[in-house]
Amino acid sequence: MTAEPTQQDPTQHPTQDAVDSGASRGLSTQPRPPGPFGQRRAERIDRLAELAATPPDERGESLTRETFKRLRRSPMAIAGSVVIAIFVVIALVGPLLTPPPAWLSFLPLYGPTAEVGLDQIRPGHIPGNSADHWFGLDHLGRDVLSRMLFGARTTLLVGVVATMIGFTVGAAIGGLAGAANALGGRVGRWLDTTLMRGIDMLLAMPPLLLAFSVAAVLGRSLLAVMIAVGVAAVPFFARLLRGSMIAQAHRDYVLAASSLGVRRPQIVLGHVLPNSLAPVIVQATLTLATAIIEAAGLSFLGLGNPDSRTPEWGTMLAQAQNQLSVRPELAIYPAVAIIITALGFTLLGEAMREALDPKLRR
Amino acid sequence: MQVEAYDGPLLEVSDLSVTFRRRGQRDVHAVTGVSFTVEAGEVVGLVGESGCGKSVTALAITGLLPPRGVEVTGSARFAGAELLTMDPKQRRDLRGRDIAMVFQDPISSLNPVVPIGVQVAEVLIRHRHQSRTVAQREAAQLLDRVGIPDPNRRLKEYPHQLSGGMRQRALIAMAIACQPRLLIADEPTTALDVTIQAQILELLKELVRELNTALIMITHDLGVVAGMCDRINVLYAGKVVETAARRPLFAAPHHPYTVGLLNSIPRLDAPRGERLHPIPGSVRDLLPWPEGCAYAPRCTRRVEQCLAGTPELIPAPDGRNYRCVNPDLERAGVPA
Repeated sequence: MTAEPTQQDPTQHPTQDAVDSGASRGLSTQPRPPGPFGQRRAERIDRLAELAATPPDERGESLTRETFKRLRRSPMAIAGSVVIAIFVVIALVGPLLTPPPAWLSFLPLYGPTAEVGLDQIRPGHIPGNSADHWFGLDHLGRDVLSRMLFGARTTLLVGVVATMIGFTVGAAIGGLAGAANALGGRVGRWLDTTLMRGIDMLLAMPPLLLAFSVAAVLGRSLLAVMIAVGVAAVPFFARLLRGSMIAQAHRDYVLAASSLGVRRPQIVLGHVLPNSLAPVIVQATLTLATAIIEAAGLSFLGLGNPDSRTPEWGTMLAQAQNQLSVRPELAIYPAVAIIITALGFTLLGEAMREALDPKLRR
Repeated sequence: MQVEAYDGPLLEVSDLSVTFRRRGQRDVHAVTGVSFTVEAGEVVGLVGESGCGKSVTALAITGLLPPRGVEVTGSARFAGAELLTMDPKQRRDLRGRDIAMVFQDPISSLNPVVPIGVQVAEVLIRHRHQSRTVAQREAAQLLDRVGIPDPNRRLKEYPHQLSGGMRQRALIAMAIACQPRLLIADEPTTALDVTIQAQILELLKELVRELNTALIMITHDLGVVAGMCDRINVLYAGKVVETAARRPLFAAPHHPYTVGLLNSIPRLDAPRGERLHPIPGSVRDLLPWPEGCAYAPRCTRRVEQCLAGTPELIPAPDGRNYRCVNPDLERAGVPA
């Protein structure tokens, strides 16, 4: 009978949990979700939560500050930021230029639904790019460039709103579960288990399938697309924030705060939560990329926004299918735009994740 | 609380035991039958190697051990009120106001994303119910009190912008914010370099004198204890092996473990090239107490009798107690 695991590090809780390698590093001791898909994804999310829990290095700089320093040096982050910046500018300015104001009327841009070139469309023939229509015309004689510019706004809107829905709902569930698990006693752990088993069920489903199901139930509208894509992102945020919070709850400053009598709600909101958000914000950037792709996917499969007044890249891609043999460019433009935008968010998100990873630090 | 009329010791720990239980594993007896008292204004040391139960004792007293898998028995009375069975809400009110703790590692004990001022003010808002502005003003005074220069600027800074010594000062400021009657310092100087260590110890001594706060000093460093503590409890494997006032302990340590600890301090006046004297083995080489003296496997004065069950705590005429069947009585007069 030995007393050896009592306190190598006297400030650390010599708990069951701390001895357990999983819980002390912020991982769940609960069973993993079923299925190979859910499991692999769950592991990646947990890894991200774990990263942010690693104490700052010996220079004593805060994690956020250190991360930004590294981001500034990373070509990946810079490239991603530039792409995102261009995309956002187009999304904001584009709708103002279609149709352009009087002083810019020399630009060959039109309203997104103006069928300006309808007379040039014949069966089996759609004119390509010209001085009047830089990206050509679509099957209804509408200017493709104008629709692309306008569509940028819709795409950004869908991406941001869907991510916000996923973030808000996911963070609420995950935050509640994390707080309940870390500081809530017996009832708290029960609540945590209940919430997280529900989340695991969602996580076991491929996100695109989940989005399809939700969109199919909600019907065809822009809002439905946003909600569908947002719901698909909920389990990621929930699991990430929960793991991150549990990891933080075992840190010394939480013990120090409770040793000074600080109440548990204040510890959760004032100490644990602010320290747990970094990985969730990284995940939000990555989710923006997948949200844009998933929204385009929904539109492509006909579950998207039916309103032609607000063109959306995914819808444009779907409509271009029928003209693929006549005018393949109609599909190529929105496809390339989706790819570049998603790449931008992925680059920035991955760069942020790497910057947060102490194992990659030099 | 109705504790003003109470005239017993400020803190009376008796027969405190902490056991960690895990399913499928053997129980870990981190602390067994530890008893000691702390009078108001007194400085008491808890000394021992890593893993001997010092910190667990402190965490058990303050109720900071996790509720799961831990069994705490015995009694710890603070100003007459039993801490171990106290309602958690009431105990939380007590923590920070009457009992405060200072931890070992100031960088991990401060929240990295919250400014120092907010963290100090938080304690005042919690216990004194002060407004944010009043608490901030008092936080500045507290930082000034613990010797942080330019406190108004420091209030807005984050922990990573402070030096190690200043962080520890800030932690101490948080701990003394409500002028607690008992301060528990858990290895407060271990993470600091030597010159800063001396400053922090000096600061703690000063605060104890001025605020008439009782202090429990948890340390493995007998040098720290020598300069500060009125009474010293030496712990080994979760039991008190020797308890004595400062002078008798250093003048004539009875328990071979205390002797070993004293000898293992490097001496400046030793001849050049002389080897250090570590205690052989490690805390892991211990014997379970019921089978004999836990220190026996490492002890240089081991005799047959050591393995004949737990040695009793033997009182000595000079007010000390020691737990040894073959104490080092001839060594009386060992220079401290």
